[in-house]
Amino acid sequence: MSWMTLPRSKRVQPDGSDPAGSAAADSAGRHGGSSDGNAGGPAPRKPRWRPLGAQPVGVLFSAPYLLFVLAVLAYPLGYAVYISFHDFFFTAPGVSVPKPFVGFDNYIAVLTDPAVIRSFGNILIFLVINVPLTVALSLVLANALNRVTRLRTFFRVSYYVPYVTASVAVIGVWLFLFQQNGLINSLLGSLAPEPSWLVNSWLAMPTVALYVTWKQLGFFILLYLAALQNIPEELYESAAVDGANKWNQFWNITVPGVRPASVLVTLLATITGANLFTEPYLLTAGGGPDGASTSPVFLMYRTGILQGNPDIAAALGVILVIGVLLIALIQRRLVGGKEE
Amino acid sequence: MKRAFASRTLSIAAIAAMGLSLAACGGSDSGGTGASEEASSGPIDIWYSNNEDEVAWGKQMVSSWNEQHPDQKISAQQIPAGKSSEEVIAASITAGTAPCLIFNTAPVAVPQFQRMGGLVALDSFEGGADYIKKRSGELASQYQSQDGSFYQIPWKSNPVVLFYNKAIFKEAGLDPENPPLGTQEEFLETARTLVESGAVDNAVWPSPASDFFQSWFDFYPFYAAASGGEQLLEDGEATFNSDEGKAVAEMWKKIYQEGLSSKEVYTGDSFVDGKAAIAISGPWAIAAYGDQVNWGTAPIPVTEEGAESHTFADAKNIALYSACENKGTAWEVLKYATSEEQDRNLLEMTGQMPMRADLTTVYADYFDENPAYKQFAEQANNAVGVPQAPNSVEIWQNFRNAWVGSVIHPNDSIDEAFEKAATEINKLASQQ
Repeated sequence: MSWMTLPRSKRVQPDGSDPAGSAAADSAGRHGGSSDGNAGGPAPRKPRWRPLGAQPVGVLFSAPYLLFVLAVLAYPLGYAVYISFHDFFFTAPGVSVPKPFVGFDNYIAVLTDPAVIRSFGNILIFLVINVPLTVALSLVLANALNRVTRLRTFFRVSYYVPYVTASVAVIGVWLFLFQQNGLINSLLGSLAPEPSWLVNSWLAMPTVALYVTWKQLGFFILLYLAALQNIPEELYESAAVDGANKWNQFWNITVPGVRPASVLVTLLATITGANLFTEPYLLTAGGGPDGASTSPVFLMYRTGILQGNPDIAAALGVILVIGVLLIALIQRRLVGGKEE
Repeated sequence: MKRAFASRTLSIAAIAAMGLSLAACGGSDSGGTGASEEASSGPIDIWYSNNEDEVAWGKQMVSSWNEQHPDQKISAQQIPAGKSSEEVIAASITAGTAPCLIFNTAPVAVPQFQRMGGLVALDSFEGGADYIKKRSGELASQYQSQDGSFYQIPWKSNPVVLFYNKAIFKEAGLDPENPPLGTQEEFLETARTLVESGAVDNAVWPSPASDFFQSWFDFYPFYAAASGGEQLLEDGEATFNSDEGKAVAEMWKKIYQEGLSSKEVYTGDSFVDGKAAIAISGPWAIAAYGDQVNWGTAPIPVTEEGAESHTFADAKNIALYSACENKGTAWEVLKYATSEEQDRNLLEMTGQMPMRADLTTVYADYFDENPAYKQFAEQANNAVGVPQAPNSVEIWQNFRNAWVGSVIHPNDSIDEAFEKAATEINKLASQQ
């Protein structure tokens, strides 16, 4: 988790000069060859123009990933934007059909579809439950895990196992738990909701949100655990000397100390949440009941793949990408705060 | 963990391959339905379904052809895995990697494949249309596309009937040999008796999921029986927004409201597990249920006593794909695989009904020896397929949404939901 230490090490350089050495190689690697005047190192000779940066070999190392991103991310994304502005469907090679430019027609079709509006509403419900719950639970549990001395590995593995297990398999277990005659309803007895969790319009989406929170918790706990290692023990000691209790220590030292991790956790939780597909597809039998748990990605799959209208699905996808970017921006402002 | 990683690697590889093949789309000029290629012969590829019995049938068909035609060998494989076969086939059409023949082409997907330019019209072969019409008789016209051509050969059907659990019927005080399931009214009454007697939790349990095809196993067979064999669309117009259609919906609404069927998805086979007393299935289920349940069958209930029953065909067809190089051989294989001899093998090995006009006469000996299958053969001629209309998957999804929102979870009235769906569906069916 070296990324966590990056801002810290930057802050250590008070004069803003380049830390040189490894950081320079890092920067060349990241930007894929952007030349940086400072990156020349200590050599006094007049700066040479270096199109591949100070460490040309870095380009070589980063090239495979760059190519991968271009082929698997950038090209399809650009293609999706192109599709979304045309009357488009997939054809066999060599079949030429007109694919006229239709302006915003596909976007209008998407935004006037009540099912789409509802799916965005569903995702909003999902995010409002899932993101705060994920941040709070994973921080508290990470903090607790950090203090545990016995069975440490056991607890860490237990929290992590759901994350690495295929959703398809775990959903089977949740179905048994939350069905009409499932374990949860048997425990609740007469308090069991009617209709049951997964077929109740009010409870279906919250149940999905709860499931995803539980499933991903292990990953976010790991992120927080790594961040916690970076908080110097002296801070807690001096706070204890000043008479701060455990809660004050947590609130005034731990929470601000893991802020970079919190930014990342909120961001990742939002992105995975907005891309929700497997859970409404399997847990609530195709976005049920009556569309109460459909997600935009599920609708994209249905429209684009099953019904053969990739143009409308692409427009929905582009809207989703823009939406996620906007939410991410807002979160950065709110949670990221002074990090700028 | 290992498995999750492997599948992720695979999907990344698949996406990369898809990107490459998409990029390759522009330059290629092969494919299409060029008439000059159709006579060419040579080795071909075929795909068949992954159903165990059908694989066995496919293997014997391929090996007997290959023995007789060493210069035109068939290489066969199961349809590659995916969320659904139709997705895999659509992707292979786009990439230009579809095989010559797929022995499991769903009729509902044919209009989409045709629009993609992925299929060859079988009429373009000499005597093509005649061969299809002669083999399947009147049934053939249901699988004719809107432009009048055949882009699929009607191959086999799985006429849907009621399977009932004799033990549960007996426990509920119903006659297990002659159960009251003749009319929709009797069906509803029987369902009530079954649940009220405490013999079973659910009288019947079709999947309440929102997949477009689920209506084929609750609404559509009952509608076919009630309407005397009407399709969802006739001449491009929705037919279900009628008294018969709404009566079927009202009946199912009562079934859900009175708790005679669950609104939840069952994760196994509710009939085999004894969670439901009645199942709505085709003849493939005989092998699946086997001795696990002491079952009987009854035709889909009609509206008025004594009326002839109709049902949903659940057909799977064979189509010839435009990426095929040796179309001449492919057409010959298609005829060979649907010959009287191979159809007999299909019937004997899989229990599914070849869509032949002479099914009950030419294989009379088989049905005498296997009386359990006789009813399906009789139903096969009264079986209704899915309409061959543009946007057919979207049409079925529209219908399913109306059904889920007015029958299973009655947030709308049936009148309103059906009216809205019919308007929307008529619009979709008229698009070209």
